[in-house]
Amino acid sequence: MFVDARAQLHAPKQEIALLANAVNLLVPISTDDGEFHGPSIEEFFPGALLFEGTPFEINRIMLVRFIAVAALLLIFWLGTRSMRIVPGRFQSIVEMGLDFIRVGVADDLLGKKDGKRFLPILTSIFFMVLFMNITGIIPGLNIAGTSVIGVPLVLAIVSYVTFIYAGIKQSPKNFFKNSLFPSGVPWPVYIIVTPIELISTFVIRPVTLTLRLMMNMIVGHLLLVLFFAATQFFIFNLGGWYTLLGVGTLAFGFVFTLFEILVAVLQAYVFTLLTAVYIQLAVAEEH
Amino acid sequence: MLHAVLRAATEGETQNPVLPATYDIVWSAVCFAIILVFFWLYALPRMQKLLDERAEAIEGNIAKADEAQRKAEAALEEYTAQLADARAEAGKIRETAREDGKKIVAEAKEQASTEVARINASAQAQIEAERQSALVSLRSEVGTIAIDLASGVVGESLSDDAKAKAVVDRFLADLEASEQAAAGGKK
Repeated sequence: MFVDARAQLHAPKQEIALLANAVNLLVPISTDDGEFHGPSIEEFFPGALLFEGTPFEINRIMLVRFIAVAALLLIFWLGTRSMRIVPGRFQSIVEMGLDFIRVGVADDLLGKKDGKRFLPILTSIFFMVLFMNITGIIPGLNIAGTSVIGVPLVLAIVSYVTFIYAGIKQSPKNFFKNSLFPSGVPWPVYIIVTPIELISTFVIRPVTLTLRLMMNMIVGHLLLVLFFAATQFFIFNLGGWYTLLGVGTLAFGFVFTLFEILVAVLQAYVFTLLTAVYIQLAVAEEH
Repeated sequence: MLHAVLRAATEGETQNPVLPATYDIVWSAVCFAIILVFFWLYALPRMQKLLDERAEAIEGNIAKADEAQRKAEAALEEYTAQLADARAEAGKIRETAREDGKKIVAEAKEQASTEVARINASAQAQIEAERQSALVSLRSEVGTIAIDLASGVVGESLSDDAKAKAVVDRFLADLEASEQAAAGGKK
Protein backbone atom coordinates (compact mmCIF):
# COMPACT_ATOMS: atom_id res chain seq x y z
CA MET A 1 0.00 0.00 0.00
CA PHE A 2 2.84 2.30 0.91
CA VAL A 3 4.54 1.61 -2.37
CA ASP A 4 1.28 2.01 -4.21
CA ALA A 5 0.77 5.37 -2.70
CA ARG A 6 4.18 6.49 -3.79
CA ALA A 7 3.68 5.18 -7.23
CA GLN A 8 0.41 7.01 -7.60
CA LEU A 9 2.02 10.28 -6.73
CA HIS A 10 2.25 12.38 -9.86
CA ALA A 11 4.29 15.32 -8.76
CA PRO A 12 7.04 17.40 -10.36
CA LYS A 13 10.62 16.77 -9.23
CA GLN A 14 10.83 20.11 -7.51
CA GLU A 15 7.87 19.23 -5.39
CA ILE A 16 9.30 15.87 -4.44
CA ALA A 17 12.39 17.65 -3.21
CA LEU A 18 10.24 19.93 -1.11
CA LEU A 19 8.36 17.02 0.29
CA ALA A 20 11.50 15.30 1.50
CA ASN A 21 10.92 15.90 5.16
CA ALA A 22 10.05 13.84 8.21
CA VAL A 23 6.32 14.09 7.71
CA ASN A 24 6.50 12.88 4.15
CA LEU A 25 8.80 10.02 5.01
CA LEU A 26 6.19 8.71 7.37
CA VAL A 27 3.03 9.75 5.61
CA PRO A 28 2.16 8.21 2.32
CA ILE A 29 0.50 10.78 0.14
CA SER A 30 -2.03 10.19 -2.50
CA THR A 31 -4.80 11.96 -4.26
CA ASP A 32 -7.03 8.92 -4.29
CA ASP A 33 -9.89 8.15 -1.95
CA GLY A 34 -9.06 6.10 1.10
CA GLU A 35 -5.66 7.70 1.20
CA PHE A 36 -4.24 10.55 3.20
CA HIS A 37 -5.88 13.94 2.83
CA GLY A 38 -3.57 16.65 4.08
CA PRO A 39 -4.83 20.09 5.02
CA SER A 40 -4.96 22.67 2.27
CA ILE A 41 -5.18 26.42 1.99
CA GLU A 42 -8.41 25.82 0.10
CA GLU A 43 -10.11 25.20 3.42
CA PHE A 44 -10.00 28.94 4.08
CA PHE A 45 -11.96 29.58 0.89
CA PRO A 46 -14.96 27.26 1.03
CA GLY A 47 -17.78 27.46 -1.47
CA ALA A 48 -20.39 30.16 -1.21
CA LEU A 49 -23.65 29.37 0.54
CA LEU A 50 -25.55 32.56 -0.25
CA PHE A 51 -25.31 35.58 -2.53
CA GLU A 52 -22.48 34.07 -4.56
CA GLY A 53 -20.46 36.60 -6.50
CA THR A 54 -21.91 39.63 -4.72
CA PRO A 55 -20.08 41.74 -2.12
CA PHE A 56 -22.35 40.04 0.44
CA GLU A 57 -21.35 36.48 -0.35
CA ILE A 58 -21.70 34.20 2.65
CA ASN A 59 -19.61 31.07 3.00
CA ARG A 60 -18.88 28.76 5.92
CA ILE A 61 -16.29 31.05 7.49
CA MET A 62 -18.64 34.05 7.36
CA LEU A 63 -21.22 31.92 9.16
CA VAL A 64 -18.65 30.98 11.80
CA ARG A 65 -18.00 34.70 12.30
CA PHE A 66 -21.71 35.42 12.67
CA ILE A 67 -21.96 32.68 15.28
CA ALA A 68 -18.99 34.16 17.16
CA VAL A 69 -20.58 37.63 17.07
CA ALA A 70 -23.92 36.22 18.24
CA ALA A 71 -22.24 34.38 21.13
CA LEU A 72 -20.35 37.53 22.11
CA LEU A 73 -23.47 39.69 22.06
CA LEU A 74 -25.45 37.08 23.99
CA ILE A 75 -22.87 36.62 26.72
CA PHE A 76 -22.28 40.32 27.27
CA TRP A 77 -25.97 41.14 26.97
CA LEU A 78 -26.80 38.58 29.67
CA GLY A 79 -23.84 39.68 31.75
CA THR A 80 -24.65 43.40 31.71
CA ARG A 81 -28.45 43.26 31.44
CA SER A 82 -29.15 43.67 35.14
CA MET A 83 -25.93 44.35 36.95
CA ARG A 84 -25.91 44.23 40.73
CA ILE A 85 -23.53 45.96 43.11
CA VAL A 86 -22.80 42.61 44.68
CA PRO A 87 -22.23 40.47 41.57
CA GLY A 88 -23.38 36.93 40.98
CA ARG A 89 -21.16 34.25 39.52
CA PHE A 90 -21.87 35.01 35.84
CA GLN A 91 -21.68 38.75 36.30
CA SER A 92 -18.32 38.33 38.08
CA ILE A 93 -16.89 36.53 35.06
CA VAL A 94 -18.19 39.14 32.62
CA GLU A 95 -16.88 41.92 34.86
CA MET A 96 -13.53 40.19 35.09
CA GLY A 97 -13.36 40.05 31.28
CA LEU A 98 -14.25 43.71 30.87
CA ASP A 99 -11.90 44.74 33.68
CA PHE A 100 -9.07 42.81 32.05
CA ILE A 101 -9.12 45.38 29.23
CA ARG A 102 -10.34 48.39 31.20
CA VAL A 103 -7.78 48.09 34.00
CA GLY A 104 -5.08 45.91 32.49
CA VAL A 105 -4.78 47.65 29.12
CA ALA A 106 -6.68 50.95 28.84
CA ASP A 107 -6.09 52.51 32.28
CA ASP A 108 -2.66 51.00 32.63
CA LEU A 109 -1.24 52.25 29.32
CA LEU A 110 -3.33 55.32 28.52
CA GLY A 111 -4.25 56.61 31.96
CA LYS A 112 -7.74 57.17 33.32
CA LYS A 113 -8.82 59.91 30.91
CA ASP A 114 -7.53 58.60 27.59
CA GLY A 115 -8.19 55.05 28.74
CA LYS A 116 -11.86 55.87 29.02
CA ARG A 117 -11.91 57.55 25.59
CA PHE A 118 -10.50 54.56 23.75
CA LEU A 119 -12.03 51.84 25.91
CA PRO A 120 -14.89 50.94 23.52
CA ILE A 121 -12.47 50.42 20.61
CA LEU A 122 -10.02 48.37 22.68
CA THR A 123 -12.76 46.26 24.25
CA SER A 124 -14.38 45.61 20.88
CA ILE A 125 -11.08 44.61 19.28
CA PHE A 126 -10.15 42.27 22.12
CA PHE A 127 -13.42 40.40 22.36
CA MET A 128 -13.99 40.25 18.61
CA VAL A 129 -10.56 38.71 18.09
CA LEU A 130 -10.93 36.42 21.08
CA PHE A 131 -14.34 35.07 20.10
CA MET A 132 -13.38 34.63 16.46
CA ASN A 133 -10.09 32.94 17.40
CA ILE A 134 -11.69 30.49 19.77
CA THR A 135 -14.01 29.12 17.07
CA GLY A 136 -10.89 27.40 15.73
CA ILE A 137 -11.12 24.71 18.40
CA ILE A 138 -14.88 24.55 18.87
CA PRO A 139 -16.16 21.23 17.54
CA GLY A 140 -18.41 21.76 14.54
CA LEU A 141 -17.00 25.19 13.74
CA ASN A 142 -13.33 24.13 13.69
CA ILE A 143 -12.00 27.21 11.97
CA ALA A 144 -11.05 30.58 13.35
CA GLY A 145 -13.06 33.52 12.03
CA THR A 146 -9.80 35.46 12.05
CA SER A 147 -7.99 32.97 9.80
CA VAL A 148 -9.21 34.77 6.67
CA ILE A 149 -7.64 38.16 6.11
CA GLY A 150 -10.85 40.23 6.37
CA VAL A 151 -11.11 40.49 10.14
CA PRO A 152 -7.41 41.00 10.87
CA LEU A 153 -7.22 43.61 8.11
CA VAL A 154 -10.33 45.51 9.19
CA LEU A 155 -9.17 45.53 12.81
CA ALA A 156 -5.67 46.62 11.80
CA ILE A 157 -7.22 49.50 9.82
CA VAL A 158 -9.33 50.41 12.85
CA SER A 159 -6.20 50.38 15.01
CA TYR A 160 -4.29 52.43 12.40
CA VAL A 161 -7.01 55.03 12.00
CA THR A 162 -7.47 55.23 15.76
CA PHE A 163 -3.87 55.92 16.64
CA ILE A 164 -3.46 58.47 13.83
CA TYR A 165 -6.69 60.17 14.92
CA ALA A 166 -5.51 60.14 18.54
CA GLY A 167 -2.17 61.70 17.59
CA ILE A 168 -3.62 64.38 15.32
CA LYS A 169 -6.34 65.26 17.81
CA GLN A 170 -3.76 65.63 20.57
CA SER A 171 -1.32 67.76 18.60
CA PRO A 172 -0.58 67.28 14.86
CA LYS A 173 2.83 68.93 15.16
CA ASN A 174 4.00 66.77 18.06
CA PHE A 175 2.57 63.64 16.53
CA PHE A 176 4.45 63.88 13.25
CA LYS A 177 7.55 65.26 14.91
CA ASN A 178 7.67 62.41 17.43
CA SER A 179 6.82 59.81 14.80
CA LEU A 180 9.25 60.92 12.12
CA PHE A 181 11.96 62.91 13.89
CA PRO A 182 12.71 61.24 17.20
CA SER A 183 14.40 63.61 19.62
CA GLY A 184 17.94 63.16 20.84
CA VAL A 185 19.34 62.39 17.40
CA PRO A 186 21.83 64.62 15.53
CA TRP A 187 20.14 66.07 12.44
CA PRO A 188 22.16 64.29 9.70
CA VAL A 189 20.95 60.96 11.10
CA TYR A 190 17.39 61.99 10.21
CA ILE A 191 18.26 61.27 6.59
CA ILE A 192 18.31 57.60 7.51
CA VAL A 193 16.01 57.53 10.55
CA THR A 194 13.07 59.43 9.11
CA PRO A 195 12.36 57.07 6.18
CA ILE A 196 12.74 54.10 8.54
CA GLU A 197 10.37 55.65 11.06
CA LEU A 198 7.93 56.55 8.30
CA ILE A 199 7.81 52.99 7.04
CA SER A 200 7.82 51.38 10.47
CA THR A 201 5.04 53.57 11.87
CA PHE A 202 2.74 54.00 8.91
CA VAL A 203 3.31 50.82 6.90
CA ILE A 204 4.79 48.07 9.04
CA ARG A 205 2.46 48.50 12.00
CA PRO A 206 -0.85 47.65 10.32
CA VAL A 207 0.77 45.00 8.13
CA THR A 208 2.32 43.17 11.09
CA LEU A 209 -0.91 43.44 13.08
CA THR A 210 -2.81 41.83 10.22
CA LEU A 211 -0.32 39.13 9.30
CA ARG A 212 0.59 38.11 12.86
CA LEU A 213 -3.00 37.36 13.73
CA MET A 214 -3.99 35.74 10.44
CA MET A 215 -0.89 33.56 10.11
CA ASN A 216 -1.16 32.35 13.70
CA MET A 217 -4.70 31.24 13.06
CA ILE A 218 -3.97 29.69 9.66
CA VAL A 219 -1.01 27.72 10.97
CA GLY A 220 -2.94 26.63 14.05
CA HIS A 221 -5.75 25.32 11.91
CA LEU A 222 -3.41 23.55 9.46
CA LEU A 223 -1.57 21.89 12.34
CA LEU A 224 -4.75 20.61 13.94
CA VAL A 225 -6.05 19.33 10.60
CA LEU A 226 -2.72 17.64 9.92
CA PHE A 227 -2.72 15.83 13.27
CA PHE A 228 -6.31 14.71 13.14
CA ALA A 229 -6.20 13.77 9.46
CA ALA A 230 -3.07 11.71 10.15
CA THR A 231 -4.80 10.05 13.10
CA GLN A 232 -7.74 9.15 10.89
CA PHE A 233 -5.46 7.82 8.20
CA PHE A 234 -3.23 5.76 10.50
CA ILE A 235 -5.97 4.17 12.52
CA PHE A 236 -8.72 3.62 9.97
CA ASN A 237 -6.92 3.42 6.62
CA LEU A 238 -3.65 1.68 7.51
CA GLY A 239 -4.36 -0.04 10.82
CA GLY A 240 -2.00 -2.60 12.30
CA TRP A 241 1.15 -1.15 13.83
CA TYR A 242 0.28 2.23 12.35
CA THR A 243 -2.44 2.52 14.98
CA LEU A 244 0.32 3.33 17.49
CA LEU A 245 1.38 6.26 15.32
CA GLY A 246 -2.26 7.27 15.15
CA VAL A 247 -2.43 7.37 18.95
CA GLY A 248 0.66 9.56 18.93
CA THR A 249 -0.77 12.02 16.42
CA LEU A 250 -4.04 12.10 18.36
CA ALA A 251 -2.14 13.01 21.52
CA PHE A 252 -0.33 15.76 19.61
CA GLY A 253 -3.62 16.98 18.24
CA PHE A 254 -5.02 17.18 21.76
CA VAL A 255 -1.99 19.07 23.07
CA PHE A 256 -2.12 21.48 20.15
CA THR A 257 -5.83 22.04 20.75
CA LEU A 258 -4.96 23.24 24.25
CA PHE A 259 -2.14 25.28 22.77
CA GLU A 260 -4.59 26.89 20.34
CA ILE A 261 -6.68 28.12 23.28
CA LEU A 262 -3.58 29.84 24.61
CA VAL A 263 -2.80 31.26 21.18
CA ALA A 264 -6.37 32.51 20.78
CA VAL A 265 -6.23 34.47 24.06
CA LEU A 266 -2.67 35.59 23.52
CA GLN A 267 -3.24 36.89 19.98
CA ALA A 268 -6.33 38.79 21.10
CA TYR A 269 -4.35 40.30 23.95
CA VAL A 270 -1.35 41.16 21.76
CA PHE A 271 -3.54 42.84 19.14
CA THR A 272 -5.29 44.94 21.78
CA LEU A 273 -2.13 45.73 23.68
CA LEU A 274 -0.31 46.88 20.54
CA THR A 275 -3.23 49.08 19.56
CA ALA A 276 -3.12 50.64 23.02
CA VAL A 277 0.64 51.11 22.80
CA TYR A 278 0.32 52.81 19.39
CA ILE A 279 -2.32 55.16 20.79
CA GLN A 280 -0.14 55.85 23.81
CA LEU A 281 2.86 56.69 21.62
CA ALA A 282 0.67 58.95 19.50
CA VAL A 283 -0.73 60.96 22.40
CA ALA A 284 2.56 61.18 24.29
CA GLU A 285 4.02 64.68 24.51
CA GLU A 286 7.61 63.59 24.02
CA HIS A 287 9.27 60.26 23.54
CA MET B 1 0.52 19.53 3.70
CA LEU B 2 3.15 21.03 1.47
CA HIS B 3 2.06 18.68 -1.21
CA ALA B 4 -1.48 19.91 -1.09
CA VAL B 5 -0.45 23.53 -0.97
CA LEU B 6 2.00 23.19 -3.78
CA ARG B 7 -0.31 21.11 -5.88
CA ALA B 8 -2.98 23.69 -5.59
CA ALA B 9 -0.44 26.41 -6.31
CA THR B 10 0.97 24.70 -9.36
CA GLU B 11 -2.50 24.10 -10.69
CA GLY B 12 -3.35 27.76 -10.14
CA GLU B 13 -6.49 26.97 -8.22
CA THR B 14 -5.66 28.53 -4.91
CA GLN B 15 -6.42 32.00 -3.73
CA ASN B 16 -3.68 34.03 -2.14
CA PRO B 17 -4.67 34.24 1.55
CA VAL B 18 -3.20 37.73 1.83
CA LEU B 19 -5.49 39.19 -0.84
CA PRO B 20 -8.86 39.99 0.71
CA ALA B 21 -12.13 39.29 -1.05
CA THR B 22 -14.68 42.08 -1.07
CA TYR B 23 -17.30 40.07 0.82
CA ASP B 24 -14.68 39.17 3.44
CA ILE B 25 -13.99 42.85 4.14
CA VAL B 26 -17.68 43.72 4.07
CA TRP B 27 -18.72 41.11 6.62
CA SER B 28 -15.69 41.75 8.84
CA ALA B 29 -16.56 45.43 8.93
CA VAL B 30 -20.20 44.64 9.68
CA CYS B 31 -19.20 42.33 12.54
CA PHE B 32 -16.86 44.92 13.98
CA ALA B 33 -19.42 47.70 13.67
CA ILE B 34 -22.04 45.64 15.50
CA ILE B 35 -19.63 44.74 18.30
CA LEU B 36 -18.34 48.31 18.62
CA VAL B 37 -21.83 49.78 18.78
CA PHE B 38 -22.86 47.14 21.31
CA PHE B 39 -19.94 47.80 23.63
CA TRP B 40 -19.97 51.56 23.14
CA LEU B 41 -23.65 52.18 23.63
CA TYR B 42 -24.78 49.26 25.77
CA ALA B 43 -22.28 47.14 27.67
CA LEU B 44 -19.62 49.65 28.71
CA PRO B 45 -22.02 52.41 29.87
CA ARG B 46 -23.77 49.82 32.02
CA MET B 47 -20.45 48.67 33.38
CA GLN B 48 -19.47 52.28 34.11
CA LYS B 49 -22.78 52.88 35.84
CA LEU B 50 -22.25 49.81 37.97
CA LEU B 51 -18.75 50.93 38.93
CA ASP B 52 -20.07 54.36 39.90
CA GLU B 53 -22.85 52.81 41.95
CA ARG B 54 -20.42 50.48 43.63
CA ALA B 55 -18.05 53.33 44.51
CA GLU B 56 -21.02 55.30 45.83
CA ALA B 57 -22.23 52.38 47.88
CA ILE B 58 -18.80 51.92 49.40
CA GLU B 59 -18.49 55.61 50.18
CA GLY B 60 -22.04 55.63 51.57
CA ASN B 61 -21.25 52.72 53.83
CA ILE B 62 -18.13 54.43 55.08
CA ALA B 63 -20.10 57.59 55.81
CA LYS B 64 -22.76 55.53 57.57
CA ALA B 65 -20.13 53.79 59.66
CA ASP B 66 -18.59 57.16 60.57
CA GLU B 67 -21.99 58.48 61.57
CA ALA B 68 -22.64 55.41 63.71
CA GLN B 69 -19.29 55.73 65.39
CA ARG B 70 -19.82 59.40 66.11
CA LYS B 71 -23.22 58.63 67.62
CA ALA B 72 -21.77 55.87 69.73
CA GLU B 73 -19.05 58.15 70.98
CA ALA B 74 -21.57 60.87 71.84
CA ALA B 75 -23.73 58.35 73.66
CA LEU B 76 -20.73 57.10 75.60
CA GLU B 77 -19.77 60.62 76.57
CA GLU B 78 -23.29 61.39 77.66
CA TYR B 79 -23.45 58.18 79.62
CA THR B 80 -20.16 58.91 81.33
CA ALA B 81 -21.33 62.41 82.21
CA GLN B 82 -24.59 61.05 83.57
CA LEU B 83 -22.72 58.49 85.58
CA ALA B 84 -20.49 61.17 87.09
CA ASP B 85 -23.56 63.32 87.86
CA ALA B 86 -25.27 60.38 89.45
CA ARG B 87 -22.20 59.63 91.55
CA ALA B 88 -21.98 63.23 92.71
CA GLU B 89 -25.65 63.28 93.51
CA ALA B 90 -25.43 60.01 95.41
CA GLY B 91 -22.53 61.43 97.43
CA LYS B 92 -24.52 64.57 98.19
CA ILE B 93 -27.54 62.56 99.24
CA ARG B 94 -25.39 60.38 101.47
CA GLU B 95 -23.82 63.45 103.04
CA THR B 96 -27.22 65.04 103.67
CA ALA B 97 -28.55 61.81 105.07
CA ARG B 98 -25.61 61.54 107.43
CA GLU B 99 -26.12 65.10 108.63
CA ASP B 100 -29.85 64.58 108.92
CA GLY B 101 -29.19 61.43 110.92
CA LYS B 102 -26.86 63.28 113.23
CA LYS B 103 -29.38 66.06 113.67
CA ILE B 104 -32.16 63.59 114.33
CA VAL B 105 -30.05 61.71 116.86
CA ALA B 106 -29.11 64.96 118.57
CA GLU B 107 -32.71 66.13 118.61
CA ALA B 108 -33.85 62.80 119.95
CA LYS B 109 -31.20 62.95 122.67
CA GLU B 110 -32.19 66.44 123.61
CA GLN B 111 -35.85 65.55 123.59
CA ALA B 112 -35.16 62.48 125.66
CA SER B 113 -33.20 64.43 128.27
CA THR B 114 -35.91 67.10 128.43
CA GLU B 115 -38.48 64.39 128.81
CA VAL B 116 -36.40 62.77 131.53
CA ALA B 117 -36.15 66.09 133.33
CA ARG B 118 -39.87 66.73 132.92
CA ILE B 119 -40.77 63.26 134.10
CA ASN B 120 -38.40 63.66 137.02
CA ALA B 121 -39.89 67.01 137.92
CA SER B 122 -43.47 65.81 137.67
CA ALA B 123 -42.63 62.68 139.64
CA GLN B 124 -40.97 64.79 142.30
CA ALA B 125 -44.00 67.11 142.43
CA GLN B 126 -46.38 64.21 142.58
CA ILE B 127 -44.38 62.56 145.33
CA GLU B 128 -44.29 65.82 147.24
CA ALA B 129 -48.04 66.30 146.78
CA GLU B 130 -48.71 62.77 147.83
CA ARG B 131 -46.48 63.17 150.85
CA GLN B 132 -48.28 66.37 151.77
CA SER B 133 -51.72 64.81 151.39
CA ALA B 134 -50.54 61.72 153.28
CA LEU B 135 -49.17 63.95 156.00
CA VAL B 136 -52.41 65.92 156.15
CA SER B 137 -54.63 62.84 156.12
CA LEU B 138 -52.33 61.07 158.58
CA ARG B 139 -52.42 64.06 160.81
CA SER B 140 -56.25 64.19 160.78
CA GLU B 141 -56.49 60.44 161.05
CA VAL B 142 -54.08 60.30 163.95
CA GLY B 143 -56.12 63.11 165.61
CA THR B 144 -59.41 61.28 165.14
CA ILE B 145 -57.95 57.99 166.36
CA ALA B 146 -56.34 59.69 169.33
CA ILE B 147 -59.56 61.49 170.24
CA ASP B 148 -61.57 58.30 169.80
CA LEU B 149 -59.01 56.57 171.95
CA ALA B 150 -59.06 59.38 174.50
CA SER B 151 -62.89 59.45 174.47
CA GLY B 152 -62.86 55.78 175.09
CA VAL B 153 -60.34 56.26 177.86
CA VAL B 154 -62.00 59.37 179.31
CA GLY B 155 -65.50 58.02 178.82
CA GLU B 156 -66.90 61.05 177.34
CA SER B 157 -67.08 62.33 173.92
CA LEU B 158 -65.02 65.13 173.02
CA SER B 159 -67.79 66.40 170.88
CA ASP B 160 -66.65 69.92 170.89
CA ASP B 161 -64.62 70.10 167.78
CA ALA B 162 -62.79 73.21 168.60
CA LYS B 163 -61.76 71.86 171.95
CA ALA B 164 -60.77 68.55 170.43
CA LYS B 165 -58.76 70.18 167.73
CA ALA B 166 -56.90 72.28 170.21
CA VAL B 167 -56.11 69.24 172.27
CA VAL B 168 -54.85 67.33 169.30
CA ASP B 169 -52.73 70.18 168.07
CA ARG B 170 -51.19 70.62 171.47
CA PHE B 171 -50.50 66.94 171.60
CA LEU B 172 -48.87 66.90 168.24
CA ALA B 173 -46.83 69.96 169.04
CA ASP B 174 -45.65 68.28 172.18
CA LEU B 175 -44.84 65.19 170.23
CA GLU B 176 -42.85 67.15 167.72
CA ALA B 177 -41.06 69.01 170.45
CA SER B 178 -40.14 65.84 172.18
CA GLU B 179 -38.97 64.33 168.94
CA GLN B 180 -36.81 67.34 168.28
CA ALA B 181 -35.49 67.21 171.77
CA ALA B 182 -34.69 63.57 171.33
CA ALA B 183 -33.01 64.32 168.04
CA GLY B 184 -31.08 67.21 169.62
CA GLY B 185 -30.07 64.98 172.53
CA LYS B 186 -28.92 62.36 170.18
CA LYS B 187 -26.86 64.88 168.42
